[in-house]
Amino acid sequence: MKEKIADLEEKARRLRVAIVKTLHKSQSGHTGGSLSAIDMVCALYFHKMRHNPAEPAWEGRDRFVLSKGHAAPALYVTLAECGYFPAEDLMMLRRLGSHLQGHPDSKGTPGVDVCTGSLGQGLSMANGMALGLKLDGKENRVYAVLGDGELQEGQIWEAAMAAAHYKSDNLCAMIDSNGLQIDGDVAKVMNVSSIADKFKAFGWNVIEIDGHDMGQIVTALDQAEAHKGAPTAIVAKTVKGKGVHLFENKASYHGVTPNDDELPEALRCLGCCD
Amino acid sequence: MIATRDAYGEALAELGGENDKIVALDADLSGSTKTGVFGKKFPNRFFNMGIAEANMVGTAAGLAAVGKIPFLSTFAIFAAGRGWEQIRQSVAYPKANVKIVATHGGVTVGEDGGSHQSVEDVAIMRAIPNMTVIVPADGEETKGAIRAAAAYKGPVYVRLGRNKVPSVFPAGHKFEIGKGVVVVPGTDLTFITTGLMTAAAVTAAEKLNAEGISARVLHIGTIKPLDKELVLQAAEETGAIVTAEEHSVVGGLGGAVAEFLAETCPTLMKRVGIYDRFGTSGKSDELLKYFGLNAETLIEEAREIVSRKK
Repeated sequence: MKEKIADLEEKARRLRVAIVKTLHKSQSGHTGGSLSAIDMVCALYFHKMRHNPAEPAWEGRDRFVLSKGHAAPALYVTLAECGYFPAEDLMMLRRLGSHLQGHPDSKGTPGVDVCTGSLGQGLSMANGMALGLKLDGKENRVYAVLGDGELQEGQIWEAAMAAAHYKSDNLCAMIDSNGLQIDGDVAKVMNVSSIADKFKAFGWNVIEIDGHDMGQIVTALDQAEAHKGAPTAIVAKTVKGKGVHLFENKASYHGVTPNDDELPEALRCLGCCD
Repeated sequence: MIATRDAYGEALAELGGENDKIVALDADLSGSTKTGVFGKKFPNRFFNMGIAEANMVGTAAGLAAVGKIPFLSTFAIFAAGRGWEQIRQSVAYPKANVKIVATHGGVTVGEDGGSHQSVEDVAIMRAIPNMTVIVPADGEETKGAIRAAAAYKGPVYVRLGRNKVPSVFPAGHKFEIGKGVVVVPGTDLTFITTGLMTAAAVTAAEKLNAEGISARVLHIGTIKPLDKELVLQAAEETGAIVTAEEHSVVGGLGGAVAEFLAETCPTLMKRVGIYDRFGTSGKSDELLKYFGLNAETLIEEAREIVSRKK
C-alpha cells in the first residue's frame, strides 16, 4: 500500500508539471483550482476508477464528472497521461480547432462524458448517471469533483437532496475545498461553511480529509464505496495552487496562467529540471 | 377533442412498453403533465424530482449520458424558463438525448394568470443550437411527435397545451420532424400556423372560401428546423402570409418565418400572436379572444392582407 501511495504521489507530481506547462503554453485557463484538485483526480484515474483509455465508451467504466469544469487542465493532463489522447494535444488547449475546449466538452474529448463548466450543474448529471446505472443493475460508480465556491449554486443542493432521496450510494462527490473563489475568500464572498454539516443534513455520508494527502484520499474513496444506502461526500481541505508557492492560496491565480518569468520557479517547485 | 397533454401521457406510456430505455422525470406535476400515466405503469423508470426543475434537467442529462432516453415534463413556463441554462449547458451543448415535453404552454393555462402563461418558451428554445422545437396541433399529431422525438437522437422540446383542442389530423397521422403539412390548399394567401391556431386557421379558411378568398393553411408542427421548402412555396405561390401562434410574435413561428422570408423571398406578412406582453387570468376561451387568437382575427387579417396585394 505504501508503495502504491508513493506511486500515486509521484504521478500527481508529474501531472502538476503537465498542468503548469500546459497553462504556460495556452496563456489562458485556471491554474489555482487545477492544482488544488489534481491529487483527487489522480487518485480516481490511477487507483479507484474502472476505465479503459483504449475504449473510452466502454460499458463497464465508472463515470467521472468534473463539475468545477474550469479545472479542465487537471482532467486533460490526467486523460493524456492515461492515454486517452496524445500528450501533444495539451499544447493546443483553448486554441481554435482543438478538442480541448476551455471547459470539458463531451463532443470532442475522448474520456469526457458530459459538458461542464457552468457551475452547479455537474452533481445533477452525476446523480442522473448514478440512477441510470442502478436502473440497469450495474455496479459502476460515479464520481464528481465540485468546488467549494460552486456550492453557492442552489442547484447543487437540489441535486444533494435528490441523490439522498434516491439513495444513490453509487455516487461520490469530492469537494475541492480550497477556500478561495474569484472575488476572494469563499467565507467572505458567500460563506458555505460548514460544508460537512450541510451534506450530513441533506442525508449524505460525509468524510473529511486533507485533499493533498494521497493516503487519506485513497482510504476515503474506499470507505465511500463501502457505504450503502446514501451517497458519500468527501470534503477535502485543499490549497489553491498547491505545489507551487507562487500560486498557493492566491485568489488572484484563479484564472491566471504562469508567465515566462514564473515558469522556471514553478517547475523547480515541482522537482522538475527541464 | 383531446388535450395534447393527454395524448402525450398515452403515447409515452405506450412507448415505455416498447423501449425500456425510456425513462420519465417530473417536477411535482405528473398528474397535470400526464407523465403520471407512465409512472404508474413503470414506477422504476419514473423519477419525481420534486419542485426543482434545474436539477431535473441535469438529472435527465446524466440519465441520457448512460444510454437512457429521458422524457422530462413540467409546465412550459418552468421547463423552458427555470431550466433554460441547464437545458443549454447540460442538454443542448453536449447534444444529449433528452426530450423536454412542456405542457400548459401559452395563455390557455387560463385562470392561473400571467405568471404561469408561457408566451416566450418557443423563442428561447429556438435560439439554442442543436435544439429541435415541436408544437403539435392536436392529439393525433402529439402522439406522432412523441414517437418521433423518442426515435430522434438529440435534444427535443415539445410544447403542449392544457385544454382539449379540435382534431386537425386523422387517426394514424404520421409525424415527421421538420416537415410542415398543407392542411387546406389555397392560392390567395397562406396561414402559416402552429399549435391550436391551426384548427382556427382551418375554420377561417372555410369561411373565407365562402366570400371568394382562397386561403391555404400550412401547419408547421416543427418550428425548428423550419420546413423552408413549404414556407418558400407558400410565399411564392400565394404572395401573402399570415402566421398565427399562441405565443409572442417575438421569436416564435412568426419570427422564424419572417427571418427566413426576409432573406429569401420578401412577402407581405402579418404575424398573429401576442404582441410583447404578458398573459392574464381568465378562462381559456376568453383569453384566446382577448388576445385575438381565433378564426375571427385570422379572417380580418386575411381580408386586409389580400386587399394590400392588389
